Amino acid sequence: MVAVTETVDQVELVEKYKYGFVTDIESDQAPKGLNEGIIRFISAKKEEPSWLLDWRLKAYAHWLTMKEPNWAKVGYPPIDYQDSYYYSAPKSMDDGPDSLGDVDPEILDTYKKLGIPLHEQEVLAGVKNVAVDAVFDSVSVATTFKEALSKEGVIFCPISEAVKEHPDLVKQYLGSVVPYSDNYFATLNSAVFTDGSFVYIPKGVNCPMELSTYFRINASNTGQFERTLIIADAGSKVSYLEGCTAPMRDENQLHAAVVELVILDDADIKYSTVQNWYPGDENGVGGIYNFVTKRAACRGRNAKVSWTQVETGSAITWKYPSCILQGDHSVGEFYSVAITNNHQQADTGTKMIHLGKNTSSKIIAKGISAGKSQSTYRGLVKMMPKAEGSRNYTQCDSLLIGKECGAHTVPYIESRNKSAKIEHEATTSKIADDQLFYCRQRGISEEDAVALIVNGFCRDVMQELPMEFAVEAQKLVGISLEGSVG
Amino acid sequence: MLEIKNLHARVGEVEILKGLDLTIGSGEVHAIMGPNGAGKSTLSYVLSGREGYEVTSGTVLYQGKNLLDMEPEKRAGEGVFLAFQYPVEIPGVSTMNFLKASVNSVRRYRGQSEFDAMDFLKFVRRQTKVLNIGDDMLKRAVNVGFSGGEKKRAEVLQMAVLEPTLALLDETDSGLDVDALRIVGEGVTALRSPERSMLVITHYQRLLDYIVPDVVHVLADGKIVDTGDKELAIKLEKNGYARYAEAAA
Repeated sequence: MVAVTETVDQVELVEKYKYGFVTDIESDQAPKGLNEGIIRFISAKKEEPSWLLDWRLKAYAHWLTMKEPNWAKVGYPPIDYQDSYYYSAPKSMDDGPDSLGDVDPEILDTYKKLGIPLHEQEVLAGVKNVAVDAVFDSVSVATTFKEALSKEGVIFCPISEAVKEHPDLVKQYLGSVVPYSDNYFATLNSAVFTDGSFVYIPKGVNCPMELSTYFRINASNTGQFERTLIIADAGSKVSYLEGCTAPMRDENQLHAAVVELVILDDADIKYSTVQNWYPGDENGVGGIYNFVTKRAACRGRNAKVSWTQVETGSAITWKYPSCILQGDHSVGEFYSVAITNNHQQADTGTKMIHLGKNTSSKIIAKGISAGKSQSTYRGLVKMMPKAEGSRNYTQCDSLLIGKECGAHTVPYIESRNKSAKIEHEATTSKIADDQLFYCRQRGISEEDAVALIVNGFCRDVMQELPMEFAVEAQKLVGISLEGSVG
Repeated sequence: MLEIKNLHARVGEVEILKGLDLTIGSGEVHAIMGPNGAGKSTLSYVLSGREGYEVTSGTVLYQGKNLLDMEPEKRAGEGVFLAFQYPVEIPGVSTMNFLKASVNSVRRYRGQSEFDAMDFLKFVRRQTKVLNIGDDMLKRAVNVGFSGGEKKRAEVLQMAVLEPTLALLDETDSGLDVDALRIVGEGVTALRSPERSMLVITHYQRLLDYIVPDVVHVLADGKIVDTGDKELAIKLEKNGYARYAEAAA
């Protein structure tokens, strides 16, 4: 979405310079703007059944009655929802790169810088949505996954494909965790979502490999609205990773995703995110508005969900991956590192809604602010009347680098059950001069020292990440704090 | 090796070093003793480049180079090592990781190849035995929850793996009981070599029973006021610093 309007031509020039390969791919775009016709256009492109179109239109009608929320501690100029493309896709899937050799070397370099060797990139690759998947040959990789996974009965495919191939599952669960009327951005997403991942793990299956989706906003002036739906049937288990990047542009682009997780009896979902959307430049120009709704419903007894997020990118982050702990003895966990530098703003946290008996939740949130950035932890812990014997533990630590940034902690605690226990701990600290000097005296440069100290500060969260992402995430910490000292 | 001439330094508005001269040759071990507030720790911070310690005049030549022009990490690369009086805690960073980051940074600076994880472990284990440091301690976060003795042993371990040319030991004996003092003293002595100079800063003589210095200096009121051999340290232990304090005043 654009705050600073640019003509398509200008942006294309930038693209030719930075990402020349884009010109080789013909894009199929909806006309600019948002109206009922656009929604019908998207639905028709996807060859959707009428129930889904109706659902989208209901969402759109509802969205028109809603106001953009302003309670978060973030500031940005008004978004012009008409000044954006809501659909942009490569005309032919054959246009995707056939092998890693065809992938833009600049992006490969980025990954090299992040320390991920090629064979791991293949492992990290997943399905693509909306714009051009420039990084991986998503089709062939996804096919490989599908064959191996289908032996176990696991479904892993783009949600648009799931609508066609597995309509009953989609119909049953889509919008069941995040209803179309949920909130301004989720409602917008419901109206215009273009793609995303769909995962179904059948009863008793422990998914034999990590599933991952790599999101990239590529086209200019385009909002990205992906929708992910993961269902873990009784006794199943899955670990899912998502990664996000976007090209550098001096416009702001809106990313309003919805992620719904459904966890049944004794099932377990581990959902990890390394969010590295373009954060804007050091003057705060450009960058992604990352306004995302993520929610997990632990519907079954002993259901477990664990959110782990490392948020280093985006101009503005607004997300609260939440857990509805409905099944008795269900467990919700939230591990978060949010790093803001320069002019970035992050308002992030979680909601733990305890409904069932003996449910438990754990929140470990680490916020690091540098430059002129603002970071807010906002979290809700709610114990409902029937949440007998339920527990929550929250630990919320903030680290400040420099004097112009801010860190804020806004915990909301609501307990309607006397037997429920809630613990909350919070600290705010600075990187001490003596820590920096100690590292430098040992030969470690100031920037490396900051990365080392911050990674130490985040350790409790980083160790929750799957191995494949842990390395990337640790390097990202260093990269995103470049220039924050000295 | 190290040549300090007429060094003046201040912290804020207060002048602490007031014309200090000191020359240390290769492989020599010098001790600096003196009363509290004489400027002992200031000297170690000025030499290692800590911010807030401002040199107002004088020169420090280290291996023929102007030490004062260098950033702290560059000094470390050039072989200057400071064993801290109060080692700093770095939560969440394992001692092993810290050592590796440090050693590889310094090796990079010196044009040496970096260690991979396995080689580094072998390299470190050669040193940990001498200092009675178990693998358990290497896994713990840097100095977090370490006893006084553990902190100082960890400092000596860092010194051993960084292979400095000039080691500054700032009150390394503080907070140590007799056994820890012996382990640390022997550890440091084992690291003496013809290429490695040391400046041992201490308030008490007892550390010098283990690290026997070639030269002993007395620092009072920001200047070297007396220089002698090991006997001087023993005399100081008996008579105290009173006469230097009076002389300075």
